[in-house]
Amino acid sequence: MAGSSTDKKKSRWAAGVTPYAEMGYYRPDYVPRDSDILCAFRIVPQEGVEPIEAAAAVAGESSTATWTVVWTDRLTAHEMYQAKCYKVVPVPGTNQYIAYIAYMIDLFEEGSIANLTSSIIGNVFGFKALKSLRLEDMRIPPHYVKTFQGPAHGVVMEREYLNKYGRPILGATVKPKLGLSARNYGRVVYEALKGGLDFTKDDENINSQPFMRWRDRFLFCIEGVARAQAATGEIKGHYMNVTAATMEDMYERAEFAKEIGSVICMIDLTVGYTAIQSMANWARANGLILHLHRAGHGTYTRQKTHGVSFRVIAKWMRLAGVDHIHAGTVVGKLEGDPNATKGFYNTLLQDKLDPDPLQGLYFEQDWASMPGTMPVASGGIHAGQMHQLLHHLGEDVVLQFGGGTIGHPDGIAEGAAANRIAVEAMIQARNEGRDYLNEGPDILAKAARFSPSLRKALEVWKDITFNFESTDVPDAVPTLSPV
Amino acid sequence: MRITQGTFSYLPDLTDDQIKAQIQYCINNNWAISVEHTDDPHPRNAFWEMYGLPMFDLKDPAAIMLEVNNCRKTFPHHYIKVSGYNSRYTKQTTALSFIVNRPAEEPGFRLERQESNDRLIRYTLYSYATGKPSGERYGEGNGTGK
Repeated sequence: MAGSSTDKKKSRWAAGVTPYAEMGYYRPDYVPRDSDILCAFRIVPQEGVEPIEAAAAVAGESSTATWTVVWTDRLTAHEMYQAKCYKVVPVPGTNQYIAYIAYMIDLFEEGSIANLTSSIIGNVFGFKALKSLRLEDMRIPPHYVKTFQGPAHGVVMEREYLNKYGRPILGATVKPKLGLSARNYGRVVYEALKGGLDFTKDDENINSQPFMRWRDRFLFCIEGVARAQAATGEIKGHYMNVTAATMEDMYERAEFAKEIGSVICMIDLTVGYTAIQSMANWARANGLILHLHRAGHGTYTRQKTHGVSFRVIAKWMRLAGVDHIHAGTVVGKLEGDPNATKGFYNTLLQDKLDPDPLQGLYFEQDWASMPGTMPVASGGIHAGQMHQLLHHLGEDVVLQFGGGTIGHPDGIAEGAAANRIAVEAMIQARNEGRDYLNEGPDILAKAARFSPSLRKALEVWKDITFNFESTDVPDAVPTLSPV
Repeated sequence: MRITQGTFSYLPDLTDDQIKAQIQYCINNNWAISVEHTDDPHPRNAFWEMYGLPMFDLKDPAAIMLEVNNCRKTFPHHYIKVSGYNSRYTKQTTALSFIVNRPAEEPGFRLERQESNDRLIRYTLYSYATGKPSGERYGEGNGTGK
């Protein structure tokens, strides 16, 4: 790397290029303060670049540095503002290193994910001296956590609002995701909710297309919701996707969702961090639960050596203030290592986390009583997996069976009922102290005796699993991982 | 119709032994158990009548089942639910809640539509049973459940 070949150490302020490490961005003696924001980056340096210098460069480029010495640093308390790499650890058997970097809290504007991320994942990811770079985890100190609104309602309030306790919430995404007219679309909503689901959902790419405009969709969907509430005596909801081209459009759609009495609306991750925070503020002020679909995250979360881990996105989104976020299924069709997924769920739900290498958690995290965000499991799951879903994901989760409801041979309402019966039977067995993971198929078969709809669902999807290697797995893996 | 509020409404009605097993689960988790009843099962009726205070200190499922059965005897035509309450810091909410008694006939709800401009409709759920004063709904008084 430029400057790394100098034989003699120059003065810190000599004009020209000085290694980042020598400029104060590598401080192995530094003890992070309680109020520091900490990051763990996975770095792969270019050939010939010292890992420590590469790590110091990451600290520099994500905080105060530029490529050359500038005298104007001397007008500031620069040593305070410099990010400090305090530890670099090689990852055994690879060309990767984990660089631990501490950032002083003053570097970031209070309550702004946009500002936080512009620093931490700003220029630095294109830095030439690195082959690749991944933000693995962050420790957000309570001092900074407390500057964010957090979830508009949170898990506790959502359950009290819906009057549903002690079991996973059930949902389904309307399929086909594109092409249905508003009236046909509302039919799916009605059938699925009447049959036993709690929620139905617009998919991420359902906004306001020629075949179905948003206002028409909202009106037919809320008719379905109201009818299903009358048929069951339960509170039901449909995630009205208000994602749109501009903030003004989103507010207009969200206001309409409120006006017609929807309990929930949704946005996509693609709208951007600032828009997400705006909608979270709106959702708290207006009493709608806010669902976030993580559209696009796979472009930067999936590869192990470059991008941003989903556990970091999960932290940002809990701070930003969404009530729901998709966080993986383990057993479904989309990427999700069991241990890494457990780490995501814990990050979203727990009050306080300790570092846990098995779950990919590099730091402790104290949420300082910020409410939890409800994780959502969606994509290729069905009633026959209920014991595994409960085992991997717990009861504070929305299980979304789209195909697993709408694809039921006897109809959508039967598919919904099958899922509801399966989850209630599994919760009952768990609470009775049974080994529900191993006895799962048995528990379901017994429930299917009084439920033809569950019996049919188990027959149709009995062999459907998605067994592929995960790409995003924590470095530390237990020798024998549970099912 | 069958009102499906609560955790186990899609299963066949729980037997007393099954109810006791769920109560035991609540006790194991250190949750207080409460018994509540109502003759107004609107989904947004958050406050069913409390059949006594939550049982914070009672750790015997059989004794709690006795309370459930006393409530059933007093209000045979009402909806009755058993709830486990988790008072742990940052939870402080209901952790489990399921119906253990329901009227023989459940007339359900009428959906009222107040039609407005621009295809807007204001929806209201009207519970057929609440057309009568509290105490006279669900056939109370003649003991037949009709």
